[in-house]
Amino acid sequence: MSEPKAKPKLQKQAVQIPKQAPEVRIRNFNEVTLGYTEEQALAEAGRCLQCPKPQCIQGCPVEIDIPVFIKLMKEKDYGAAIRKIKEKNCLPAICGRVCPQEEQCQKLCLLGKAGDAVSIGRLERFLADWERQTGIACSEEAPSNGKRVAIIGAGPAGLTAAADLVKLGHEVVIFEALHRPGGVLMYGIPEFRLPKSIVQAEADYVKKLGVEIRASCLVGRTFTIPELLKQGFDAVFIGTGAGLPQFLGIPGENFGGIYSANEFLIRVNLMKAYTFPECDTPIRIGKKVAVIGGGNVTMDSARSALRLGAEEVCIVYRRSREEMPARQEEIENAEEEGITCKFLANPTKFIGDEKGWVKAMECICMELGPPDESGRRRPIPVKGSEFVMDVDTIIVAIGRTPNPIIQSTTEGLAVTKWGTIVADENGKTNIEGVYAGGDIVTGEATVISAMGAGKKAAKAIHEYLMRKNS
Amino acid sequence: MHQIVSKKELAPKIKLLEIEAPEIAEKAKAGQFVILRIDENGERFPLTIVDWDKKKGTITLIFLEIGVSTEKLGALKVEDVIFDVLGPLGNPSDIKKYGSVCVIGGGVGTASAFPIARAFKEAGNKVVSIVGAKTAGLLILEDEMKKASDELFISTDDGSKAHKGFVSDVLKTLIEKGYGFDVVYAIGPTVMMRAVAETTRPYGIKTIVSLNPIMVDGMGMCGACRVSVGDKTRFACVDGPEFDAHLVNFGELLKRQMVYMSEEKAALQRLQEKKCTHYE
Repeated sequence: MSEPKAKPKLQKQAVQIPKQAPEVRIRNFNEVTLGYTEEQALAEAGRCLQCPKPQCIQGCPVEIDIPVFIKLMKEKDYGAAIRKIKEKNCLPAICGRVCPQEEQCQKLCLLGKAGDAVSIGRLERFLADWERQTGIACSEEAPSNGKRVAIIGAGPAGLTAAADLVKLGHEVVIFEALHRPGGVLMYGIPEFRLPKSIVQAEADYVKKLGVEIRASCLVGRTFTIPELLKQGFDAVFIGTGAGLPQFLGIPGENFGGIYSANEFLIRVNLMKAYTFPECDTPIRIGKKVAVIGGGNVTMDSARSALRLGAEEVCIVYRRSREEMPARQEEIENAEEEGITCKFLANPTKFIGDEKGWVKAMECICMELGPPDESGRRRPIPVKGSEFVMDVDTIIVAIGRTPNPIIQSTTEGLAVTKWGTIVADENGKTNIEGVYAGGDIVTGEATVISAMGAGKKAAKAIHEYLMRKNS
Repeated sequence: MHQIVSKKELAPKIKLLEIEAPEIAEKAKAGQFVILRIDENGERFPLTIVDWDKKKGTITLIFLEIGVSTEKLGALKVEDVIFDVLGPLGNPSDIKKYGSVCVIGGGVGTASAFPIARAFKEAGNKVVSIVGAKTAGLLILEDEMKKASDELFISTDDGSKAHKGFVSDVLKTLIEKGYGFDVVYAIGPTVMMRAVAETTRPYGIKTIVSLNPIMVDGMGMCGACRVSVGDKTRFACVDGPEFDAHLVNFGELLKRQMVYMSEEKAALQRLQEKKCTHYE
């Protein structure tokens, strides 16, 4: 009988990541989470058990070989480690920052059963940042196979599909409606959570791979999908996302001072209104701000409002804290910064002043009933519990719906009653050569799930084009 | 990047630019607009496509220098470039044969009315146009509108040319005289469009206005351009820009257009100060 192997000493707690102090960061738009130092990164990488049957990979929508990249990292071969990640993921600096790892790879980490999971996302971020600082390596362009693919939307799904397809030798052009690539990464997620220079650098990497990105080109208006196919594109991937704002539909919603989260965030992030008048796009923020909703976009809006100089920012959510869809980390960040939450309350009307500016909001208290189809307890208004909050700015962050322009300009494309495009698990739509993936198919979801969909569609498009060839 | 091919000053502070945009020229229809971003720090703002030339691959824009972006745009010279021009956006005008159509342009809104008048004429309608301005020197596109119309009427607020008063007064006179308009199109300042809507309402004449609220993305993402039409909130960029004038809540629109007034003023002042120091 062999002697039992000495157990490696388990480090139950993850290495903490440095952050800007709350009282400092609420005065600037710089990144809140500062990233691991090399020493910290190595200490955290050292916690990985290198399981023979790793579970973490199964939790990753793009199937990064996590144990191998961590092993390379432990050996300080950072170049090889980031290359390993980039085999599957062309946007690591972004994913390392905004993926909900606690719901994905880290949720399945063995260490999580008796302590903290390995901080896979923070390690990914460390490597991507290391590479950006030392110079991004780029593989040789694949020889062209003569096939052309049009990608609509330079968001997470489109960029991922484009990168995978160009590596396989296809000629790829991305058509982006806004003036910068990145989609929600550029217009939606704030600078302090995802610096725009990083989004630009990762989009530039996709360009370096050989992808052409045509900005300010709205497919459906400038060209339609049938026209793209006629122009000589052999296949099309639609990754147009969920960018249409939802409003509450209650009286007074068109008063001045009431923004959709999209308008607010587009002004602040894409147009850099926080530097006005350096930049020409203004934003107006009052003293008392209410943000309606409970998701990550709600947190992003509330924290942006605070940084723009609001005195009080209150999140108003119709369910309780437990049902909030936002990441735990983002809720904690918001609370640390002094943002308050009013749970179990829902606006019923907005009250304006004589100039048409919002001055107050009437809400009704809610209580939780039995679970609804989402599995969360349904909020029910409590009769007669109306109350009024004095506010001068409202940001409505209750979700986004699919962009409709492609659906309405592509004859014959199958669409659901929610306005999403019908596609199978590989992104295939009912029109030959036309694929779709990301929020435009699933409705509003995460960056990484859109990337996963882009990956699957790229594989399916490649197979389709090769089949067509033979 | 879109190069400026030609430039003209039509009236004090009102300028015409012809810019390279072949893909937009190929698709443009009367009633549509583009979103521009002039330079790296520029804001996104809409302008109507006044004319387009598919062969040359150009589109024509006309604008009044009124804020930071239009001042910057007006300062550009031939061969300069505009960073971004996105379009054509918005729904085209519903051009068909109505019979008798009245097209009204107020101020720089005449530039937006012109392609609509021309399209109605081409579609075989009798087109009666009314063009108004504060004063004779600010009237634009008179010859073009004359060509695009069967009859052209002019009004000036100060009476320096033709009828003294507003376009809505002229419209009322024509209706009273028995001009049986099947539809009235009005484009200009919001107060003018409201006056036109109130003029035609008692007669029950179908009236369409092209709204110009604040916009950011121009494709339905931000909702800054929301307007109340009947009992519904609509986005001018994707549901419009043209709506039934008798259903539009003009009071709300006027207030929403003023939202950034103080910021706009401050920014304009800053731009002018910059220009001054530049010349010193």
